[in-house]
Amino acid sequence: MTSAGQPRLGLIAASAGVLVAFLAAWEWLPGLMHIPEFILPPGSRVWLEFLRVQQTENLWLHTGITALEVIVGFVLGSLMGLVIGCVLGVSPRAELVLSPYLLALQIAPKVAFAPLFVMWMGFTVYPKILVAVLIVFFPVMVNVLSAIRTIDPDLINLARTFSASRWQIFRMIEYPATMSPLFSGLRIASTLAVIGVVVGELVGGNKGLGYLLTYGEGQGNTALVMVSIIMLTLIGIVAYGAVALAERRVLHYLPRAQHTTA
Amino acid sequence: MTAAPTRIEYRKVTRRFAPQRKGAEGVTAVIDVDLAIADGEVVSLIGPSGCGKSTLLNMGAGLYLPSEGEVLVDGVMVDRPNPQVAFMLQKDLLLPWRTIRENIELGLQIRGVAPAERRDRALRLMERCHLTGFADHHPHQLSGGMRQRAALARTLAVEPLVLLMDEPFSALDAQTKMVLQADLARSLADERKTALFITHDLVESVALSDRVLVMSRRPGRIIEELVVDLPDRDNPFGRRQHPRVTEYVKALTALLDIGHQELHA
Repeated sequence: MTSAGQPRLGLIAASAGVLVAFLAAWEWLPGLMHIPEFILPPGSRVWLEFLRVQQTENLWLHTGITALEVIVGFVLGSLMGLVIGCVLGVSPRAELVLSPYLLALQIAPKVAFAPLFVMWMGFTVYPKILVAVLIVFFPVMVNVLSAIRTIDPDLINLARTFSASRWQIFRMIEYPATMSPLFSGLRIASTLAVIGVVVGELVGGNKGLGYLLTYGEGQGNTALVMVSIIMLTLIGIVAYGAVALAERRVLHYLPRAQHTTA
Repeated sequence: MTAAPTRIEYRKVTRRFAPQRKGAEGVTAVIDVDLAIADGEVVSLIGPSGCGKSTLLNMGAGLYLPSEGEVLVDGVMVDRPNPQVAFMLQKDLLLPWRTIRENIELGLQIRGVAPAERRDRALRLMERCHLTGFADHHPHQLSGGMRQRAALARTLAVEPLVLLMDEPFSALDAQTKMVLQADLARSLADERKTALFITHDLVESVALSDRVLVMSRRPGRIIEELVVDLPDRDNPFGRRQHPRVTEYVKALTALLDIGHQELHA
């Protein structure tokens, strides 16, 4: 079907065109507009800085540490969100008791906890992970909880007419029904995890891309700041992509349109 | 009239629901319902919307108890869901993450039937319900009619004595509906199942059942019974051709109007 294929190809070309235009503007516009390099270094300057800090500043070590914190924080926070979401989902009473506190904790800006955690746990990876856990937890929990709450009661009744036990209803109906909303939550969480970790690193420590960012700032090294931002973005993209990939495998039973990454 | 034993019986069943909010009035859904269905009999229940037909079915399935009176299956009081009764709704209620075969196996799995055996049973039922070849499909890949066939297969898989059906075909297009009615009628007759069948479709009620019960507006009570004295209960296509079908439908239409007038009296 060339008629269907061609517009798609055209779209990809247009998209690539935008990238090229952006890179070109980044490279030459600052010079043309006489913007000094310490304000807005051109693309090539940032690329050179990227090559330089691989040697001198251990860029990959910092990236690795940040990535590790993101992964651990994301996994722990998601698991917690899933488990607590399920518990509150099957027990309306527990939800009633805990909901004011959960709401308060949800409203509190999680990143504001970062200095506190650093005071408690020092300049280690733990406060960063903890901020990520906290920030990841809510979207996952809320999605799982509302998934269980919105299950068609007739589905539960159907299982009950087959004399299903409470556990069977959970295992065969409620839990699988959380999967699709769970993944919507995980996609949001994957990007939030990066935010949580960076804020933790900005606050204190001498490792990770957040540290590199403040280090570059202190040096007046704008190019290094930009390299750090780009690396962080890449970590976020990979995390999001991994979730989207897993989603496609787990939710294979849904018609495509319902879970595309668009 | 029938020598067959009574399978399911409602004795002076009344069901009230507590008010939703403080200050609001509670609702009496059904009041003083007496009905008995003999083994192998198919009975339709018609009546205006909201007259408590579904409430009767839910009590039959043991999902909740009557406020007064009792429901008996084979002479035993129904106080919880039990294996003799299965129900089927207008919604197919197929689980999207399960294949069609796994959906049909749901009841068997819940009851702890071994995987190999439930697989066999599911495949056999799929053949009978014209679903062969769809075992590994997921529900979204099937048409509404096929999905409802799968729901019927899931209901039959647990081998219930009594089937309670709440407008199972009302969401289907006219042709699909007739085909599924024929399939259902055949299955019910072949296996001598007992069924209570809720419908809004008067022709459907005449085409499928031995008796039609007419309910009043809420609080629902049974105001009339019509014995359908026509051949071909296992073949709705044939029965529809019968000249007297129109007479029955006319009579039911009239009866439903009586229910309406009672409300305003």
